[in-house]
This record gives sequence, structure tokens and C-alpha cells, in this order.
Amino acid sequence: MRGVQRIERPSGLAPSRRRFLVAGAAAGGGLLLGLSLPGLGGRADAAEAAAFAPDAFIRVGRDGRVGFVVPQVEMGQGIYTALSMLIAEELEVPLAAVAVEHAPANDALYANPLLGFQVTGGSTSLRAFWEPLRRAGAAARTMLVAAAAEAWGIDPAACRAEAGAVIDDSGGRRLAYGELAERAARQPVPGAVRLKDPKDFTLIGTPAKRLDTPAKVTGSAVFGIDVRRPGMKIATVAACPVFGGMLKAVDEGPALAVRGVRQVVKLSDAVAVVADHMGAAKKGLEALRIAWDEGANAGFSTADLVRDLEVAAGGTGVSGDQAGDVEAALKGAARTHEAVYRMPFLAHAAMEPINCTVELRGDRCDVWLGTQVATRARAAAAEAAGLPPERVTIHNHLLGGGFGRRLEVDSVTQAVRIARQVVGPVKVVWTREEDIRHDLYRPCYYDRLSAGLDEAGAPVAFRHRVVGSSIVARWIPALFKDGFDFDAVDGAAGPPYGFPNLLVDYVRQEPPAGLATTWWRGVGVTHNAFVVEGFLDELAHLAGADPVAYRRALLDGQPRARGVLDLAAEKAGWGVAVAAGRGRGVSLLSGFGSHMAQVAEVSLAGDGSLRIERVVCAVDCGRVVNPDTVRAQVEGGIIFGLTAALYGEITLERGRVVQGNFDSYRMLRIDETPAIEVHVVQSDEAPGGLGEPGTCGIAPAVVNAVFAATGKRLRKLPIDSSELSAS
Amino acid sequence: MAYTIRVNGARHSVDVDDDTPLLWVLRDLIGLTGTKFGCGMALCGACTVHLDGAPIRSCVTPIESVGESEIRTVEAIGETPAGRAVQKAWTDLEVPQCGYCQSGQIMSAAALIAETPDPDDDDIDSAMSGNICRCGTYLRIRAAIKRAAAEAATQAKGG
Repeated sequence: MRGVQRIERPSGLAPSRRRFLVAGAAAGGGLLLGLSLPGLGGRADAAEAAAFAPDAFIRVGRDGRVGFVVPQVEMGQGIYTALSMLIAEELEVPLAAVAVEHAPANDALYANPLLGFQVTGGSTSLRAFWEPLRRAGAAARTMLVAAAAEAWGIDPAACRAEAGAVIDDSGGRRLAYGELAERAARQPVPGAVRLKDPKDFTLIGTPAKRLDTPAKVTGSAVFGIDVRRPGMKIATVAACPVFGGMLKAVDEGPALAVRGVRQVVKLSDAVAVVADHMGAAKKGLEALRIAWDEGANAGFSTADLVRDLEVAAGGTGVSGDQAGDVEAALKGAARTHEAVYRMPFLAHAAMEPINCTVELRGDRCDVWLGTQVATRARAAAAEAAGLPPERVTIHNHLLGGGFGRRLEVDSVTQAVRIARQVVGPVKVVWTREEDIRHDLYRPCYYDRLSAGLDEAGAPVAFRHRVVGSSIVARWIPALFKDGFDFDAVDGAAGPPYGFPNLLVDYVRQEPPAGLATTWWRGVGVTHNAFVVEGFLDELAHLAGADPVAYRRALLDGQPRARGVLDLAAEKAGWGVAVAAGRGRGVSLLSGFGSHMAQVAEVSLAGDGSLRIERVVCAVDCGRVVNPDTVRAQVEGGIIFGLTAALYGEITLERGRVVQGNFDSYRMLRIDETPAIEVHVVQSDEAPGGLGEPGTCGIAPAVVNAVFAATGKRLRKLPIDSSELSAS
Repeated sequence: MAYTIRVNGARHSVDVDDDTPLLWVLRDLIGLTGTKFGCGMALCGACTVHLDGAPIRSCVTPIESVGESEIRTVEAIGETPAGRAVQKAWTDLEVPQCGYCQSGQIMSAAALIAETPDPDDDDIDSAMSGNICRCGTYLRIRAAIKRAAAEAATQAKGG
């Protein structure tokens, strides 16, 4: 990388944590196998881990069924199926024999090995579990084979496993796993297991049918919002519309007059109406006239936020990536170029509105929801209930979209506070307006860039300052060191491009207290891919170079990145003229352990209205586990990113979020969806993450295509079509 | 007041205000949770059910307007030829991701195919653009509708 100094990955993200394989007999008979991982900063030994055996990952029952308690949550990304494939491959069972269960809250058993606690996010699942789950499957198979060999009195090496049974070819004998499970539980846990040679994979790499699809087409899939408990009431809630504000007063009467309303619950910062059904709860809430103490943020607006970011941009940055001497290179450059890029707050708007069901009984608290962070949800419930965490049970569910929103537990805290005032179980359901207006938003970013080009137009200096709030500082403070946020610069620091002189730095600027920001699909890369790829396109234009060729020249020593760039360009017909009124744009990114290039083709009507006609995407995500899921994630990720590029913006006026429902916070619809082609590079590299890259690469490809079509450079999202009609 | 409505061939009695949206009667009182809440304003289609075969947004349909009409929800859509074909195509093409919006998508698609046995892209746009999918499964929805329509036509021919 021409002397570029890479930033160290934060230690908490290092995949080197030691895991303990534990085994035992199931209560109802059969083999249990678990993987135990010390939590962040904690230590566990095998004896301690063994105590968790009842919650083990893998259970082989006497009926031969393989139960798999999935450490990661299913929110559409197909992870229940992909992780089951890893186990089934090594265990030698058909995928259909695996029955998945949601994991309970337990960091010792279900920690994400890349992150150190129980969390699904950052496109880490396959990267984190690729090896541990195959090892677990192989260990279980080894124990089942040993059990059969013992039963037959032969050498295990003379036996082989196939399709849920152990076979002795020489003796013509066969024992099904179900018959072996109990004896297998008494076998020693193998210290080392041999994993299959990838050329022998029969399941990994095939388009396996998703395990969750059948229930999702019959309406029988159960999401958190579908929970029903005996005697359960439904509540809906209004938090102070101004962030950080408090409840002043409310007359409960108008709500209590609504048929079906049972109770009005007052919290310090919110009012909830509890009823027999959501219709009554909503009607009751709408009937209330609530007086709020709006607090310090009552005058705050988006303009204030942007001004604060602009001012902060003039401050001192913390270096995130540095190579050479960028200032000297800028001074010596044949020409220089500067630009400011801006990105707005974004809401998550998962289709399943925020909800949480709570039942408090004496010193116990049960919580039903869909969460990306089960142990954090348990801790939040425990604190709000005034109970120790071990008295709280989290019942996790399928997630009706996560996108980062369900990495937060604000709604768990709120639901438990409401439940403390209600007798019996209560399901708290947010209206869509509450969901949009009380989200934790993707940060608003302000990026300032400078580049210096040599006589030939090559970028000899690249300086990028990122200004925005730090999610890491709030969410994983242990990894926020000396004012540096690795996520805020992810995708800008450590680029695939060989810039001889590079400086990426970060200035933290937080919105006022009460207005928190959080992860959003694509995390840091979504923001930086837009900025870097847009700006690089500007440089290519200044250099009079073709945008693909310009990038390509900077990719020495980056064969995977160059490979996807070439493939996308070829498949998109790059270089072949487009029709009048159309333009093509390219983007490239390396992130989440994957590499992706996208070429977008757009058209502009006479009135400036923009249509995305076609997207060609090439992806190298290492070894593919389920190719159909790879395509689905890329297609969906692109559409998710297009929504943000075209429409996504949360604004504030008088301390309130302006947008409230899908009329004011628009989503891309089927009639606006472009044709999308996904080309997957065959690779033997370790699997990379794929839930997010598609989202990250589309906005820059689109703005670069708009430039190609119109000569209009867009540096701010969402795309303002009035800028296009003015051109 | 008391209402008796017909849902998936069964009668259900509830005592609610006249303006109570059908969605909450189905989900919270009858317990048919396959029909989803997404927006409450007929903007996203997650709550789509059939009223005498026509797709409606149950989140804005007051219970008083239902009368003697037959309501069908996703739980029983597999009993219709179009619904069965749609569910099969949805499974064959692996349409769902998170799956939350898919009940509504399937109800809109089944109504489309029942009404327009050979829908073209414009028919699909017009029937399906009221259904939001945040995971972005639109390409597969379009392909699955075409496949389901072809399948339903073959079934009908085969008798």
C-alpha cells in the first residue's frame, strides 16, 4: 500500500478469543454441545461453561432431529439458514433436519466472537461463526462416529458419517444419529477436529432453501409484535415530542372515556394509554391533550445542527489514517480541488414498528421482543425493573427488520417502566409516527475534502476530514480512544486506493443531549463510500480521465477490489455510449471483509425527475455459503440505499422531528425499483460480510451517474431533484 | 357496540367502537396476527386483507363498514387457487427477507392474479406499489407474481 499506515483494528474486534467446546447429555436424552466464550473482559473456564450446557448450541435428539439454538438473530438476512448450513455441512445431516431456536440472553454462550458479546450487526455473523460453528458440527459428528464405533467395537476410522447416520461399510451396518445420541453424549469432547476440505462441501455454496420462508408466506411467522399472553393489555405511547422534554400535565379523562381503554400511565417523559386493543389505545392517546415541559431543545432545528458541524469542521481532528505528508503534497500539487459533502439524519423505519411486551410477577420479569442485543435488552429491563439480570428472561423473536434500530434498548426500558404501573402483561406498541419521531438516528455528517493532482491528474494528496457524532463513544465506550471513532472514518481510512499522501481525520460533534445517534445499515461505510467515491469521481473528471480507469490505476496490489471493478464495468457495458438523457456512474468499496463495485444507469426527464434504470453490481465476498441469499442481500441492500439516496432525511424544527409516516418519510416502491444484476466472484477467501455493502455503494454510483448525465455534481443527500431541474 | 364479522369462514363477535379499524379486531381481539401493522394510514399495505375478494387496507377500514362481507386473511389465502400459487412462487423464488410485509404483499398479489390472470409490469406496478418492503424484495415480488400467474393458468387449464 505504498507506505500507507493502516489503523489498528480495535482489540475488541479481533477474532482471536478462545472458545471452549463443552458437551453433555440432554435432559430428555441425546447429545448437547456448546461453545463457550468469555465475555468482554471476563474469563470463563470449561467447568463454568459446562454449567450452561442446557442452553447449548447443538442438540442431537433421540429422534435424530438436530436442534440449533442460533446465537445470531434473523432479521431478513438469512442467517438462520446460513449458520445452520455450516453445522449441517460438518455434522453430515440434511439441512431440513435442523430445527432452529432463538437464543436466550447469555453472553457466555452466545457472544459474537468478533465483538465479544451477544450482538447481530455490522455484517459480522458469517465472519464470526464461519469457523466456530463448523468446528462444533465436526465435533458433534466425531462424537457420534465414536459412539457408533464403540457400539460396534471397531475403530472409528473404519466408520463414516452420511445423511444423519454413521455407516460401517465393511460390516454393512448403519446407525442413525438418533440411536447414537445418548452414547455420543458420553464420549470425550474431541480436542481437535478436522474440518472438511472445501472441495468436499455438499451444502455450503449451494442455493439452499431458507428455513424461515414457509412460515413467512403463511402468516404464521411470529414477530415480537405478534406476542399474545393471557390477560395481556395493549398500550401505545407518546413521548415528549421535543427531545429531552418532560411531561408537565395530562388530564386522563378523555382517554378513559374511550371504550376499551383501561388505564393511562404517566412516565416522567411520556404518556401511555393501556387498552384491550391497539385501536382503543390509539384513540385514547389521540384524545388526550398533553402539556409538555419542552426543555432545552425546544428551539433546536436542523439548521443549528449543520451550523454546529460546520464550525466543528474548523477545529482539531484526530488522525485516523495517515500516509506520507499530505500538506506538503497539496502545496506541491499541479492543481488542487476542495469539496464539502453532507449527509442527513436517517431513521431506520423497519416495517415492524417498535414494540416490547413485558410481564412483571413478583421478583421476575419476562420480556418478549425482537432484539439484536439480547443481553443488553436484559440489562435494560433489569435496571428499569429494579431486579438483578438473572431474574429477567428475554424471549427473542424474528425481527421485522433491524437495520441497527434493534441494537438499541430504549424501548425496553420504556416498556418496563410502563409495565411497573400495570397489573398483568402489557404489550407496548409504538405508532409509526412514534417510531419515526423517537428513533435514534444515523448521524448527520459533514465531510470536508481536499486533493492535490499531479501534472498527469493522479491524486498525489488526499485529505478527508469527517465531522459528526460518535456512536462508538456512546455504544461501546471502551473502543472510543483519545477522541477517535473508528466507525466514523470506516471506508475513508484504509482505502483500497494507493494514495501516496493521505490524511483522514475525525472531529466529534454531538447533537444536544436527548438526541442520540446510532448504527444504520452500512454503518460508517455507508457514509464514507458516498463521500470518497463522489469526490474521487470529481478528481477523475478534473483529470479528464474515465472514472473506472482512474480508480483502476490506484488499485495496484488490490486484486480483489480491481477484480470487482473490472467485472462490474464489463457487465454494465461501461464505455458503450448510453442513450441521450442517460448517464452511468460507478462506485467501489472494500468493507466488511468484502469488495463491491456498482454501476448505476440513470435517466433524467425534461422536468429534472430522476429515474434509476439499472444497477449492475459485482461482489467478491469470499467463499459464498448461500448464493441465493448473497443475491437477495445485495438486491435488498441496494434498494435500501436507494431509498436513502433519493428520499431519506430526518429534519428537526423547534426540537421536533418533522417527518412522521411513510408520506413524509418516503420509501422506494416497486414501480421505482431499477433492474438489478448481481455478479458474484468465485473465491476461496474467508467469507466476508454482505448485509451492508449493497446499501453503501449505491448512492455514490447514482450521483456519479447523474453527473455523467447532466454535469451536475451532487454532494448532499438526499438528492434534491430541484437542483436537477435547475440544470 | 357489538359486531359479528365473518373471517376466513368463521363468525367472530366483538364489542368495540364503530370506528375501530378492522386491523386491531383481527390482531388483538380475534388473534389472527398474520395481518400486520405498518403505518395506520393505508400508506404501506402491511395490513392488506380481502373483503369479498378485493384487497383492502384493514388499518383504515372501520369495523362498522364490514357488515356481512367475507374477510379473508393471509392465514386462509392458501385456500384460494391464486393464493396457493402466490405462496408457492414466493417460496420457490425465496421472496421474503425479514418477512414482516409479506403477508400484505401476498394478499395484494393474490388479489391481482385472481382479477388479472396474466398481469403485465404495469398491472403489477399498479397493484403492488401500495405495498412497501423495507428489505427491498421488489424484484423477486415481480418475478414471483409472473410465475404464480403462469402456474395458476396451467392449473386452471389442467382442470
